[in-house]
Amino acid sequence: MTWSPETLERADAIISKYPDRRSALMPMLYLAMREDGYLSEEGMRTVAELIGITPAQVQSVASFYVMYKQEPIGKYLISMCTSISCFLMGADDVLAALEQASGVPAGETDGEIAVEHAECIGACGGAPACLVNYELIEGLSAEKATELVQWLRNGKPETINTDEMQTLFGGRTSFDWAIKEDNAAVGPYPAFPPFGTAAENSPALEPGRGS
Amino acid sequence: MSYPKVITKLMEEHPSDSHTYQRYVASGGYEAAKASLAKTRDELVEIVKDSGLIGRGGALFSTGMKWSFLAPPRPSYLVVNGDESEPGTFKDRQLLERDPHQLIEGIIIAAFANEVHEAFIYIRGEYPKPARRVQQAVDDAYSEGLLGKGIFGTDYDLEVTVHLGAGAYICGEETALLNSLEGKRGEPRLKPPYFPAAKGLYMMPTIVNNVETIANLPHIINHGPEWYKELSACEDTGTFLASVSGHVKKPGNYELPHGITWRELIYDVAGGIRDDNDLKAWIPGGASAPWFVPSLHLDDPITKADCAAAGSMLGSGAIIVMDHTTNVVAAAERLVRFFAEESCGQCTPCREGTTWLDMILQRMLNGGGREVDLDLLHDVSDGISIGLGWPPKQTTICPLGPSAVSAVKSILEHFRDEAEAYARSANQVPVTIGGEG
Repeated sequence: MTWSPETLERADAIISKYPDRRSALMPMLYLAMREDGYLSEEGMRTVAELIGITPAQVQSVASFYVMYKQEPIGKYLISMCTSISCFLMGADDVLAALEQASGVPAGETDGEIAVEHAECIGACGGAPACLVNYELIEGLSAEKATELVQWLRNGKPETINTDEMQTLFGGRTSFDWAIKEDNAAVGPYPAFPPFGTAAENSPALEPGRGS
Repeated sequence: MSYPKVITKLMEEHPSDSHTYQRYVASGGYEAAKASLAKTRDELVEIVKDSGLIGRGGALFSTGMKWSFLAPPRPSYLVVNGDESEPGTFKDRQLLERDPHQLIEGIIIAAFANEVHEAFIYIRGEYPKPARRVQQAVDDAYSEGLLGKGIFGTDYDLEVTVHLGAGAYICGEETALLNSLEGKRGEPRLKPPYFPAAKGLYMMPTIVNNVETIANLPHIINHGPEWYKELSACEDTGTFLASVSGHVKKPGNYELPHGITWRELIYDVAGGIRDDNDLKAWIPGGASAPWFVPSLHLDDPITKADCAAAGSMLGSGAIIVMDHTTNVVAAAERLVRFFAEESCGQCTPCREGTTWLDMILQRMLNGGGREVDLDLLHDVSDGISIGLGWPPKQTTICPLGPSAVSAVKSILEHFRDEAEAYARSANQVPVTIGGEG
């Protein structure tokens, strides 16, 4: 087991929230992704040990859910929705633009940027839409998608904030977002405490949000 | 035409801070929870039953009835289904992001009514922002003494945990969601015996309610069941949140009374078809629902009964609109592909059938159509959903497989000419044999 005492503390906090240890498995897998940038075999073994189940049981759950990435995928994961509402609004062209601008075919990574097609991401009123490290951009176009890739490639932002991306690359939204989001993603996994968000990692940004 | 707002009222009136504890309380928030704690469990269940509130996750089942099935042993659990993943649906995302305290107040009411001391909010993994907002609201509610030990100064305890999914549509199905929450693969359980009210989370009695359903509860308690019934001028009660997407001028979430017509919804509320194009078809209740077409359904009222009589459903309230430029075979393929990708793989008709249907449609679209393809589409569909009827006769544990049939059945019924044109494209490219239908 190689997790830092700080990560182990987070693991304990997660386990203590559930009446049954095994219920902590899904959040623990995200914690393992935060630790290694993806879900490594070693990470899964650590999770198995902490929860008290076998690595095979952990693997069987991890392989069921698309957000647990068992290969290193890089710094940025672009998930382009190609389900019905986005499809009707031209999502296939936007995905093609993302692939062309990044040089990464959907389903692959070049070690920095990963591109994938996603099933419905719940942004149908702002179609076509995509997620970058699970932070949303609505009202995307092929041109803006190309700019998004260049922005990631050249700027290499440390954190991914949905409002910043929406302002730079977005268009029509599903509904009025109204409130600015002061948190951001720090890796290709959902930015939700305690798996790791910009706010958690930087004391300047509202420490202690969430629990 | 403007319609009365209930669950979207606060966010509409106070867009900049409707998500905060301060604004929620300043607008009369948590009074319904306080009042509920002074009532008996039976009183609360009766009020909700009387109101006619139905589940807004798609099943449209009476919430009060669902609650009344819950019996000892204890502990019992409340699980809020925020795994919104039905293609076309984005209403819960708005409720979670913009008014999380409304949800928490609803949870307190539902939990107290069902003798629950532990509740979970399961939010899909692709919704980290809504989840952060809800977590913040939960934290605030804890520090104000509205959650935790002895809430509102009573001797009633309630713990609430926000749980994130990890990308699996099937976890919106309540028994799959419970497996997922138990740290297992999100595979649906067989009903019977695994009805959540009897054998739910950890095999204990469990209520699973959708986010929008729960969000209605504070208002029903505040204003009473009669008020709630009168929001709609038909047998369905209350409002529903319509997620409108596709080829309309003004896509978005709209809170509406039941009983208005599809014409009103598409042309008045959503502004009509983009570029003033012709309406070709629309999906009335999410990707799982059979399609409607203007020549048959445009002036039908939007009610549970009218949708059912017309062979479809209002489902999750997701309306996906297609104009005359739409290639309906390509649209059907995209819908079928979704179900093929999201099938959990437990049941053969769904696992094999959805993939097979998708392969046939893809081959047709790629110029490899064959005369037999429409019959083949029908036969494979029949193997998943016997007779292609509505409601579906399923050959599977859960309704996912039959949901994939809806799009196929819709093009065979309403757009057979277009499908036939693709089926006649044979020999334009060589047909690859081996797993491609």
